[in-house]
Amino acid sequence: MSVSTKNTAAAAAEEQHHAWPVRVTHWLMALSVLTMVGSGWRIYNASPIFPFTFPEWATLGGDVEAALARHNDPGVASAIAWHFAGMWALVLAWLGFVLWGVVSGHFRRDFLPVGPKTFWRDFVAALTFRLEHRLGEYNAVQKAFYWGALLAMFGLIVSGLAIWKPVQTYPLEVLFGGFQGARIVHFLLMAAICGFIAVHIALVALVPRTLLAMILGHASVPAKQEHQP
Amino acid sequence: MITRRTFAGRTLSLGALTFLTGCDISDDDAVQAALARVSAWNDRVQAWVFNGNRLAPTFAESEVVRDFRYNAYYQADRAPMLDEADYRLMLAGRIADKKLWTVARLRELPMQSQITRHVCVEGWSMIGKWTGTPLRIFLERIGADLTAGYVGFECADGYYEGIDMATALHPQTLMAFQISDQTLPAKFGYPLKIRIPTKLGFKNPKFVTTLYVTNQRPRGFWTDRGYNWFSGL
Repeated sequence: MSVSTKNTAAAAAEEQHHAWPVRVTHWLMALSVLTMVGSGWRIYNASPIFPFTFPEWATLGGDVEAALARHNDPGVASAIAWHFAGMWALVLAWLGFVLWGVVSGHFRRDFLPVGPKTFWRDFVAALTFRLEHRLGEYNAVQKAFYWGALLAMFGLIVSGLAIWKPVQTYPLEVLFGGFQGARIVHFLLMAAICGFIAVHIALVALVPRTLLAMILGHASVPAKQEHQP
Repeated sequence: MITRRTFAGRTLSLGALTFLTGCDISDDDAVQAALARVSAWNDRVQAWVFNGNRLAPTFAESEVVRDFRYNAYYQADRAPMLDEADYRLMLAGRIADKKLWTVARLRELPMQSQITRHVCVEGWSMIGKWTGTPLRIFLERIGADLTAGYVGFECADGYYEGIDMATALHPQTLMAFQISDQTLPAKFGYPLKIRIPTKLGFKNPKFVTTLYVTNQRPRGFWTDRGYNWFSGL
């Protein structure tokens, strides 16, 4: 259920546990975020807000040429269908993850405490490849990133709602500086999530066993593989 | 100890893995059917969320875009040029008085203006000024069955659309005859466009030649091409 570390000299084995609600909501979030980003890029390309577009192969929504030939649509219909299906999965997964994190104590135990001082220390260490990544123990950078990712997803959901329903939720868009502002915020938060995913995957690459823990629920490092202090 | 090299190698292989899973499955029939089912669910959610009394935001004259963007599935020079002498608005379906309407007769209807925002499904938006008759007033005048489910439109440019009755009766849903205080130019749908500030732009048909009231959900040009039917804002 929780992330636990046995870090004494006698038993140096590292262990990581993930309860099934964490694993299910984690993977559902991962899948829905990928869907939202891929389809979102295709939708963005239809009316870019910055002077660039995303390469078509990186977007979700089917064969553009075929859609154009068939009925004059640049594959945006499918992208929007994905986007408005993925949003339910994302909201459900996010709510599930946060609810479980709060109720089970997972957030309190594993995502806290995190302060600017420890964050900076671990951040510099990470950038210089000197950060010790111990299975089952989150460093301050990770903790801050998990909070950031959860917050970014919340912001994406709220700004997305403002864009999807600008009449029914009207005062909401004022929070983002208008309809266009909501689109820009939605985009920037997407970029933040992409940055998070890149770092997240990099950290998994550092400690591949953590991927096993997120799939199977448990992973450990044998006691003989001791880390440097 | 993890070296830069193993780190780079692992990152690359994980990255490759995510790209592999990204291969596009959108064109699969089963996937399309599943997406259509979610879209139908989204129709129900949107109809439930829609508040018939909630007005779309309105804006100041100074915010009106004078050179309004042209948008259709064909180039502007191919827009139909309807002749006032020949034009008749036909009525069909659950309507008591199906007499044809000429442009002159339409012009006698009570008019009002609105400065609202047109939001395109692509993401761009534009503030415009439209003048016309609330569709509700027209529906009441022709004795339309207001308990019916939908109002549908057929257009001179081959376009077709339909909306739910709740939206048809919304106070800001207009039969628009003017844009920016000018009679609708050909490219903007002369003589009649349906202006619905609570719907995405593609639910605002131009060159309307037939209006019908029905309990069968009308087709929509872009809905038939995979876009969400309700498309409310």
